Amino acid sequence: MPTILMPALSPTMEEGKLSKWLVKEGDTVKPGDVLAEIETDKATMEVESVDSGVVQKLIVPEGTEGVKVNAPIALVLGEGEVPGDAEANSAQLKPVDVAPVKVESTDTVPAAPAGVTPVAILEAASDPDLPAGVEMVEMTVRQALNEAMAEEMRRDKDIFLMGEEVAEYQGAYKISQNLLQEFGPERVVDTPITEHGFAGLAVGAAFAGLRPIVEFMTWNFAMQAIDQIINSAAKQLYMSGGQVTAPIVFRGPNGAAARVGAQHSQDYSAWYSHVPGLYVVAPYSAADAKGLLKAAIRSNNPIVFLENEILYGSTGLVPKVDDYVLPIGKARIARQGKDVTIVSFSMGMRYATQATEKLVAAGVDVELIDLRTLRPMDTKTVIESVKKTGRLVTVEEGWPQGGIGAELSAVVTAGAFDYLDAPPTRVTGKDVPMPYAANLEKLALPNVDEVIAAVNAVTYRS
Amino acid sequence: MARKAVAKTAKSNVPELSKEQELAAYREMLLIRRFEEKAGQMYGMGLIGGFCHLYIGQEAVVTGVTMASQKGKDAQITGYRDHGHMLVMGLDPKGVMAELTGRQGGLSKGKGGSMHMFSNEHRFYGGNGIVGAQVSLGTGLAFASKYRGDNTVSISYFGDGAANQGQVYESFNMAKLWNLPAVYIVENNRYGMGTSVERASGQPDFSKRGISFGIEGEQVDGMDVRMTYDAAKRAIEHARSGKGPYILEMLTYRYRGHSMSDPAKYRSKDEVSTMRAEHDPIEQVKQRILEKRYGTEESLKELETEIRAIVTEAADFATSDPEPAASELWTDIYAA
Ligand SMILES: Cc1ncc(C[n+]2csc(CCOP(=O)(O)OP(=O)(O)O)c2C)c(N)n1
Ligand SMILES: [Mg+2]
Repeated sequence: MPTILMPALSPTMEEGKLSKWLVKEGDTVKPGDVLAEIETDKATMEVESVDSGVVQKLIVPEGTEGVKVNAPIALVLGEGEVPGDAEANSAQLKPVDVAPVKVESTDTVPAAPAGVTPVAILEAASDPDLPAGVEMVEMTVRQALNEAMAEEMRRDKDIFLMGEEVAEYQGAYKISQNLLQEFGPERVVDTPITEHGFAGLAVGAAFAGLRPIVEFMTWNFAMQAIDQIINSAAKQLYMSGGQVTAPIVFRGPNGAAARVGAQHSQDYSAWYSHVPGLYVVAPYSAADAKGLLKAAIRSNNPIVFLENEILYGSTGLVPKVDDYVLPIGKARIARQGKDVTIVSFSMGMRYATQATEKLVAAGVDVELIDLRTLRPMDTKTVIESVKKTGRLVTVEEGWPQGGIGAELSAVVTAGAFDYLDAPPTRVTGKDVPMPYAANLEKLALPNVDEVIAAVNAVTYRS
Repeated sequence: MARKAVAKTAKSNVPELSKEQELAAYREMLLIRRFEEKAGQMYGMGLIGGFCHLYIGQEAVVTGVTMASQKGKDAQITGYRDHGHMLVMGLDPKGVMAELTGRQGGLSKGKGGSMHMFSNEHRFYGGNGIVGAQVSLGTGLAFASKYRGDNTVSISYFGDGAANQGQVYESFNMAKLWNLPAVYIVENNRYGMGTSVERASGQPDFSKRGISFGIEGEQVDGMDVRMTYDAAKRAIEHARSGKGPYILEMLTYRYRGHSMSDPAKYRSKDEVSTMRAEHDPIEQVKQRILEKRYGTEESLKELETEIRAIVTEAADFATSDPEPAASELWTDIYAA
């Protein structure tokens, strides 16, 4: 390009002094030749020629103060270029010299493409229709997760599983039972106890095109690795301008197990649901566990897949179809009703379901929603429901502040304010680290009675 | 292979312990053994919940090291396999057992559980559930020693599995960089859960893990309390005299499963019974006591009875003590 522009010495520099020209009009310059010296109050810099050519015009005389960054300071004509081209080029650049790089504060942030909140960027499809008379197979959540991984690994050789005790031990919670036998040690990889290291390694492998499934023995231990999950996996696509994907599933049991104390009993739902770039899935039923894990493995995005140790052994009916894949980002209405909306996910659904049974028996027409995916959150389904019922009760094991219930309360307050007949009400884990003593642990966790009490409060029954 | 030191037990150059030391070591180790056996039984009866990691087989490690330390002055920290450490450091067996059952008289008022017990008084800092975390914490205890100039040492215990965590090496570097009085004890019991050292470690000789940081290390027969004591004395002296950190790899063995539920498929029954029969730390001391006439069958039987009484008392307390008051749910979240 024949026009030499005033360079910036730092990201914040807006203008500077052209202190000295080291070439004259008519001089021939080569790449790397120093053309001029410029300075600010903090620094000086030499301006080098990028191309070869002849200096046609020094636009800004030396000694000029306050030369705006990006203003043309000289014209250098390349071989075969005629002066007219240069004029045209400098004319094209005109807007630049009046438009400094600074972003005006009046600029508006473009709206997110769709949805109620910027997060809900996809309108998820509904669950696939099942063929009439499809066979339903009873299995545990554990088996459902195992089948999902096995089926996907059969389909795509780029998928591998890694984690502590996933291979020879068959999984600390037996989710990877028999996978080593079927797929071999190259694809089912036992790691040392080095969460930060192997999480990062797996993300790197995903950058290179593999599709890792990383099992954390529990999500408590993923705190060692959270930097790689968030800083490396979640942000990669954005930081690379859409170039580098990280198709990876981080999975394992989340939340309280039983009597394992403060460092081993924590619900990370809200933590990960906070992070753009991640999808966060937290299924309750066996069918959802299977269909959503398959979807997660197929996704080109980093997925945090939150399982629950207590739910591993619970059974449910899973449709026997060749490829049972469910949409990520779609809530499931577990029961339709018109009096009150209860929203939960994962283990919270157990409390919510049991409470719903009792409430329905007592004449309360509960609508029960299982979020299944926490990010993107299916806010549409929740808002539509609350518009109908006028009442929201949320149930989760995590702490109240900044929790999923807090988010849902904001969502319905913004999206269904005029329909609300009572304040959105949260049932959560207590705002304390998990105690070990049996009686205290029970008190720390949410329970069925608390859900019923919350429903009674928002429906003004006593 | 990194097991040579175990095979070397009968060799010369074995440091001698005095009569008092042998008897004290025997007593401490027996207390751990009987306490842990009882805990295992109580777990089976549903009185203890969650995870419960027994120390049976590894008694000589913490016993020798603690004998070489200044009890109550030097800080100690470990992971979740922590009952033995507390007993040797002099914490009340009743308080330990009651913590295992989650009662108000437990060392953490029942709020911590098997993996989380502490004592400021005895300078025991836990009781940590996250594999490897205690190594950085222990290095911080050493930092505080040096900062205060109080001439104490910090002793951090961690497993062969934990030895692969990144923060261990970040800690090694800082400990050497600032010459902190830190003693690192790798309790190499050959397995991290179901994974053998060979399947998890590129360099299975953990005593060499400090080389690139300039930290000296030794491999020690961790089944022989004379060896653990002697090596710990050297390491602690090194740290206390201002020469910085030191690593001891204790070659030891856990007889029981990793926690209470353990498929035990990753090692042979034979391997376990050979270790028990040929290297049992308690049996070794017992034989020496009898040979050297430091005690008789009768005096040792009396000791056994005394230890059993302590353990029974602890178990009775831990089953009769009430659970913590419900209001305890909301206490101890913030310091005053
Ligand atoms: C960061 C972290 N990852 C995983 C675990 C689960 N876990 C508990 S103990 C253990 C094995 C540790 O083995 P090792 O360090 O050799 O100690 P040992 O149990 O043999 O005493 C594992 C994987 C954990 N508690 N913390
Ligand atoms: Mg070990």
